[in-house]
Amino acid sequence: MAAKLKYDSVKVGDEIPKFVVEGVSRPDFVRYAGASGDFVPLHYDQTFVEAAGIPTVFAQGMFTAGLLSKALTDWVGIGNVRQFKVRFATRVWPGDTVTCTGKVTNKLEKDGEKLIEGDLVVVNQKGEPAIRGSFRAAAG
Amino acid sequence: MANKIVTDEVLKQIGKMGEPRTYEVERGAIRRFAEAIGDPNPLFNDEQRARETRFGGVIAPPTFCRSMGSPIPDVKLPALGDSFRGLDGGSDWEYFHPIRPGDRITAQTRLVDLKESEGRLGPMVFITMETTYTNQFGQLCVTQRSTAIRY
Repeated sequence: MAAKLKYDSVKVGDEIPKFVVEGVSRPDFVRYAGASGDFVPLHYDQTFVEAAGIPTVFAQGMFTAGLLSKALTDWVGIGNVRQFKVRFATRVWPGDTVTCTGKVTNKLEKDGEKLIEGDLVVVNQKGEPAIRGSFRAAAG
Repeated sequence: MANKIVTDEVLKQIGKMGEPRTYEVERGAIRRFAEAIGDPNPLFNDEQRARETRFGGVIAPPTFCRSMGSPIPDVKLPALGDSFRGLDGGSDWEYFHPIRPGDRITAQTRLVDLKESEGRLGPMVFITMETTYTNQFGQLCVTQRSTAIRY
């Protein structure tokens, strides 16, 4: 839930509570395709991906980025995200367990707003990063 | 070293705009998007709970804007030929105003940068597009910068 973050109680190095999704699935990718309007067939059409020489469908990068954004908004509160950045690394496959987390790297005040900055990461069950990212969020 | 693909002529395309596209934000679209990213937070789907927040109602999750695509300006890279490969290099977002159910959001995408670098697989081009999401009051809600890689 959107517990409002207290600027003074946050320290550089604090970790964002983990959001773990066990066994992401093809239906998850299809649901994301429908909700986002991203119908790139690499993410749900097995015949298409095999023809492209890829063993199976894989998650939309933005599906995984969405899971990461949930970990972030659970911690900083919805509506407090000022910046969000993602870079895609390894693909996420059906059955993978992904863990979304992050760490506070900086605290600053700008234009009268108290802000927290940090790094974000999504790793698979082997510890390989699927996404590296960062954020800036307002804190009360 | 002179660029092979991103020549002075190619760089003239920077600033090209795609056609704007306007969306009416449906309450159900926000709820379904939140479900699709595994987020059961009632602030995305429970109007009563959402009214108690300082936003006074439901607002969209951070990456919801991605569901409101707008046509991407065509980038011509003649030296790359027709059989290039592509990768999604990632995105950055900046948030200024929340997106709410009932908003009419206009998305428009502009080519803001073209860069070439020598990769392991030969020359690579980094294409950066910026999309602005503006509401019916003319308030800029979100800017998105996305980088695509062609090689």
